[in-house]
Amino acid sequence: MPRPYRRTALLSAGLTLALSLPAAAQPKIDDWDAVLKRAEGQTVYWNAWGGDSRTNRYIDWVAGQMQERFDVEVEHVKLEDASSAVSRVLAEKQAGNDADGSIDAIWINGENFAAMREHDLLFGPFAESLPHFALTNPADNPEVVTDFTLPVEGHESPWGRAQITFYYDSQAAGFGTRQTPPGTMHELLDWARETPGRFTYPRIPDFTGSTFLKQALIELTDQDEALYQPVSESDFDAVTAPLWDYLDKLHPHLWRKGESFPASGPRLRTLMSDGELDLAFSFYPTDAAVAVKEYQLPPSVRSYVLDGGTLGNVHFVAIPYNSPHKAGAMALANFLLSPAAQAKKQSLDYWGDRTVLDVSRLSEAQRALFETQNDNPALPPADAFDNTLAEPHPSWMTALQDAWLERYGAQ
Amino acid sequence: MLRLAPLLVIALLTLPVAAGLAMIALPAFGYLPVLGGDTFSLAPWQELFAQPGLWRSAALSLASGLITPAVALVAVVLFLAAAQNGRLARGVRRLISPLLAIPHAALGFGLAFLIAPSGLAMRAASPWLTGAERPPDALIVNDPLGLSLMAGLILKEIPFLLLMSLAALNQLRPEKHVEIARSLGYAPTTGWLKTVLPGLYPLIRLPLYAVIAYASANVDMALILGPSLPPPLAVSILEWFNDPDLNRRFMASAAAMMQLGVTLTALGLWWLGERLTAYTLRPWLSAGGRQRGERVLTLTGRTLLTGAGLVALAALAGLVIFSVAGFWRFPDALPQGFTLDHWQRFTPMLGEALGSTATIGLVATLVATLLVLAVLENEHRRHIRPARALWLLYLPLIVPQIAFLFGLVVAAESAGIAPQMGLVIAGHLLFVLPYVYLSLAEAYRRLDPRWLEIARSLGVTRNAAFWRVRLPLLAAPLLTAFAVGLAISIGQYLPTRLLGAGRVETVTTEAVALASGGNRRLISVWALVQALLPLAGFMLAATLPTLFTAPRHRPRCAKSTPQKDATLA
Repeated sequence: MPRPYRRTALLSAGLTLALSLPAAAQPKIDDWDAVLKRAEGQTVYWNAWGGDSRTNRYIDWVAGQMQERFDVEVEHVKLEDASSAVSRVLAEKQAGNDADGSIDAIWINGENFAAMREHDLLFGPFAESLPHFALTNPADNPEVVTDFTLPVEGHESPWGRAQITFYYDSQAAGFGTRQTPPGTMHELLDWARETPGRFTYPRIPDFTGSTFLKQALIELTDQDEALYQPVSESDFDAVTAPLWDYLDKLHPHLWRKGESFPASGPRLRTLMSDGELDLAFSFYPTDAAVAVKEYQLPPSVRSYVLDGGTLGNVHFVAIPYNSPHKAGAMALANFLLSPAAQAKKQSLDYWGDRTVLDVSRLSEAQRALFETQNDNPALPPADAFDNTLAEPHPSWMTALQDAWLERYGAQ
Repeated sequence: MLRLAPLLVIALLTLPVAAGLAMIALPAFGYLPVLGGDTFSLAPWQELFAQPGLWRSAALSLASGLITPAVALVAVVLFLAAAQNGRLARGVRRLISPLLAIPHAALGFGLAFLIAPSGLAMRAASPWLTGAERPPDALIVNDPLGLSLMAGLILKEIPFLLLMSLAALNQLRPEKHVEIARSLGYAPTTGWLKTVLPGLYPLIRLPLYAVIAYASANVDMALILGPSLPPPLAVSILEWFNDPDLNRRFMASAAAMMQLGVTLTALGLWWLGERLTAYTLRPWLSAGGRQRGERVLTLTGRTLLTGAGLVALAALAGLVIFSVAGFWRFPDALPQGFTLDHWQRFTPMLGEALGSTATIGLVATLVATLLVLAVLENEHRRHIRPARALWLLYLPLIVPQIAFLFGLVVAAESAGIAPQMGLVIAGHLLFVLPYVYLSLAEAYRRLDPRWLEIARSLGVTRNAAFWRVRLPLLAAPLLTAFAVGLAISIGQYLPTRLLGAGRVETVTTEAVALASGGNRRLISVWALVQALLPLAGFMLAATLPTLFTAPRHRPRCAKSTPQKDATLA
């Protein structure tokens, strides 16, 4: 439907900017003061998962700061799933709305980013022009410019870090006889055999559940390097055979004997809270500590990372191609990268999401912001994240999901 | 003006559904240029049929679409037959009616927590009775046959059917029928079933069809209580539409068409079942059996509904406890401590959400009520029978939301209508209007016309008669219809979320977003707030009529006034 998108708002200054930006994006972004000037008075609709009251509260704080510092109004559009924002932008493109979209910023990474890039739904490059971007020190931290092996190419700006972290109830019967929780996939299987019904993972295609598959695959297969290429370039069956063999053995010892799986990652926490599980995992390292604070988990909960390291990734903020408030969205992305905002985000009292800045490179005063007391016993040990496994190519996620559903999806 | 009302209403309801369906039908056959689909093909269908567990998903949806309404109907009918107007009837009615106000998801969460192996019921009985120190590893919630899902739906549909039946019964004068039957020696319950039910069923058939459509295509409850390997069809569709792999849209669209087929099949099978039942029960009706099975029928009627009401209340009690719970370890019957943290944490966010929820609900329901009144008054003035085309009013209830809302977003965007409050209200109207019509039409048509004739003979104009005679006489059903409309509007998630592009925040969108985080304490707080709003509406509906019909207006002949029973009082 290639037709000009007619709208009364065509007169607004914001839209004029939007229309002119894609063509002449670079020069305007490089003049950061001009971007901030444009941003003044704009309302940025920031679509971000709204399932966590602490994240929501942090975003609220960001909105207050943006208003105060830059005269930008930030509206948090609370999503139940980032993909619904992707749907929205797609629907707008389908309808020919190329300049006055309803979304200005999206919290995103991985498959959703790959899909939006593939279908040209994102604005950019902009990230590397943000003044605070250099603080991430991308030369030494390639993960801030790579999203599930895909080069970001300035189409999203890093925001925070997640890493698979296991947690267990140290008082639970399953841990009465052994001192240490399972540190490898094989130990996990042994543990599950001894204590049947006390561990599970979210149902595929849930994001956290799919990550568990990838984590297991990386540890079990001896063809790791294949995972970092598109799946079409390798023999999927051969690479994944050890995984299915493992899962066939594991499932009978899972919660509900593997006949049903919890709907989502957060649901694992609820099951821990109900005493149905003794061992679970989360993408957020501080998840268990926060849950103890909020009365959801017993104080006897402890967190740890598997011996060989666990999958970690960076999550980002992107701007849809048809956002009418790109200047405001960039001002937001830049503020999110500021030491003040990153330190606040990392604090357990706010969110507990790890920073993407290279803290060693910050000034002493800035570094001080990040030095908080982390004596909560439910937090993972400080050196837990020394070994972070990189995310495989996004095509593996889809292929693993399909294969899992084929094998276990209809029992 | 009035003449145009039916046309306007039908256009208002059918055009968006048709536009939405068209936008889904095209990609279902491979046409979606924005994703590179330039030609028509059957590939989406081939991909769909290759999905593991697809037929099982469809069968689950179909089964839930038939079993849920059947059980709910039996429970309601037997209850009405057994309890009639006794004290039990009034008590249970009071107990059950507020349940109508509780959103599906809220009741789903409550029920899941009640019956789970680590849930409220098990905690109350452990360890003193069961000996369990830790929850047994039993698959109760999300069971593969969908039994817990159907139980949840039945709990939620019983109050709706009960309310609809009570409104219809008002017009049937069941006491007279039963009186005659009893004088001929029939036992009360049997007599009611043989004389009142045949008249009642046609009046509640449309609400039943709405229940069938809902039960075969719902997402809210299925996500919480339904099976997962594979899930019911509607849940799979939502997953495919939300798949990061955008090429899944083609298959998702085909699946949405298939969902429509499943719902229509459920409706068709039900219709066949109606015929069959009528045919097989005819001998029983006229055979003259007067007492046989009376005790069993009466007992079942009383226990089924009372039991359902108590289960639902227990589920709600669980939500209340959780909303103030500190840490709560199994098998403690109560939390170790209580805290208001959860309530305090969300109060700052509450204001805006409550404001827009109320605005949308009130405006949508008001517009819907005015339109429905216009349609009905037009019928009355022109002495016409209800137009056959009015069936189309139920289109938005019968076509699964999931099948046309995604398409409707594209249609609205193409028409250049920006997502905003107005669009959300229009979207809500699609679902509110049919329910308002459902709740009001029978009472309106059956109001004794002599009241208006008397008014006219006293020289009152038609319009004045409408405002000063008809509306006051219909105050009770009007307010009930209004409360139903409000409850429907408040419960809407997908239309609010999709048509408002997330910019319009209501209590329900907040609740669903938070629910994805799995914090049961916060979910409980939101679910309760979500339930309290429509509940307030129902309480108002129950008390206001007594104010409206002040002594001066109260007609002397009680027979033709809408009785208080219809008001949930």
